[in-house]
Amino acid sequence: MKILTFAEQREGKLKKTAYEVATAAVNLGKQLNADVFALVIGKNVSEIASDIGGYGIKRVVVVDNSDLEFYSTTAYAKAVVEVAIKEKADICLFPASQMGKDLAPRIAAKLNAGLASDCTALKIENGNIIATRPIFAGKIISDVIIKTDLKIFTLRPNVFTAGANNGQKAQVENISIDLKESDFTVKAIETKLGTGRPDVTEASIIVSGGRGMKAPENFKLIEELADVLGAGVGASRAAVDAGWRPHDEQVGQTGKTVSPNLYIACGISGAIQHLAGMSSSKCIVAINKDKDAPIFQIADYGIVGDVLEILPELTKEIKMILGK
Amino acid sequence: MKIAVCVNHVPDTEAKIKISSDGKSVDTGGVNFILNPYDEIAVEQGLKLKEKFGGDVIAVTVGQEINKETLRKALAMGADKAVLIKTNVLCDSYVVAEALKNYLQEINPDITLFGKQSIDYDNAQIPSLVGEMLNLPSITVVVKMEIENNKVICEREIEGGHEKVISQMPIIISVQKGLCEPRYPTLKGIMASKSKPIEEKIYNLPENKVEIVSLRLPQSKSAGKIVGTDVSAVKELVRLLHEEAKVI
Repeated sequence: MKILTFAEQREGKLKKTAYEVATAAVNLGKQLNADVFALVIGKNVSEIASDIGGYGIKRVVVVDNSDLEFYSTTAYAKAVVEVAIKEKADICLFPASQMGKDLAPRIAAKLNAGLASDCTALKIENGNIIATRPIFAGKIISDVIIKTDLKIFTLRPNVFTAGANNGQKAQVENISIDLKESDFTVKAIETKLGTGRPDVTEASIIVSGGRGMKAPENFKLIEELADVLGAGVGASRAAVDAGWRPHDEQVGQTGKTVSPNLYIACGISGAIQHLAGMSSSKCIVAINKDKDAPIFQIADYGIVGDVLEILPELTKEIKMILGK
Repeated sequence: MKIAVCVNHVPDTEAKIKISSDGKSVDTGGVNFILNPYDEIAVEQGLKLKEKFGGDVIAVTVGQEINKETLRKALAMGADKAVLIKTNVLCDSYVVAEALKNYLQEINPDITLFGKQSIDYDNAQIPSLVGEMLNLPSITVVVKMEIENNKVICEREIEGGHEKVISQMPIIISVQKGLCEPRYPTLKGIMASKSKPIEEKIYNLPENKVEIVSLRLPQSKSAGKIVGTDVSAVKELVRLLHEEAKVI
């Protein structure tokens, strides 16, 4: 049995999710007695590809091609499919990142395989791989099995913990895939990165604001705290719909589902669709002036009070404790 | 321009979701259903394209008779025609994609729009599946879109920013919030939707590839500690986060 783990890179750097998925693949490999190898696709990536060895992967297949500086749905799909066929992979793991979610269904359709997306756990029961995946943004948790021989899973970022890097290097095998212009019918030509703060789906801490922030300019209090913590900035649907914050910060059922180590909810009352998207956070702090706000029902720690007064103080105290 | 918009009929975001007694399916009794919010954006984008380039907007859904309510909503917003691909069982993403593929290859749209995901099963698979099945380009999670002649230029959301992507028609696009604001149906639109046609289709579809073995509710979190009721509680909160929860 063989497991392919897709190691996502952007701008010549392996993403944190590459290590998370690799660690999950190694764990699954041990239980199934399967060989595990990683796949890295990009331009000038042979060097960095060996770093995946630090997470227990012995062998990494690399598709290094000067036309692959940016992501291309169609060219990547062709490369993954050719490698999966050549290596006779039985299981393919991808991160449920914007790249992984775009790519994995293409592979599934090409190879007639079942795909379980955005999984938060994988376990073996009676020889079956059971994948856990939250549905309805986390209001319900489902366990699913894939019935096809080839099984594809995408794993939710920030949920599977990457092992400690043991410093080992994986053996790199370059494989050349014949990519023609017609394989690039979809092609990224540029990436535009935003504020430099981590995306809410990747951040280990999120500071999030809602209608209780009262005005868009008050979000600078949230940004200041986020920057002290190296955190991502989130927002409730109310704050986004009011035009206070961009859509990509929205947490909840029509936004992102997140599970950081720490979620600080500022002036968020906790509508059911918001709670669904963040209640799997490991530690939740709520600051709200309404003591009956539903957010306090799931918060580990709460302060009932005026968020606009509390936030600057909180930033100051945390700065002190972090020695900043 | 021939524009198809694939839409889904889903429980309202405010709905509490219950599990049926079989432990494997969702009990939707008493739940209010809506047009999937991301698909609403796709319908809007379809209407905008029609306004600019002319043509027809065809709303398509896969499901049961009840899904016609959602098709009527798309018609009320301004879609010209609607199609229900009928199935009796709960289909996985692959089977829904097969159903849509069958219909889309009959009508060959220039552009097929989807919401980035359904807010029920949250798979976000179907746009890419359909793209591959029809051997067409697909761009997912699109927040900006321009069409010039046959060329399609989009920005799609990636972690921490956007990615500018080029492609050409015919194409499959899945849309994200921020692309456009869906319009409210006018009274005239609602009245007109009642007389617009809903065509029904049935195809031979494969079996599901992914099977739900069980459903459960998430572990309920219990309410924690109220540390205080004003600014003076901040010191203690930070101490707890640092020493007890060890998250900072």
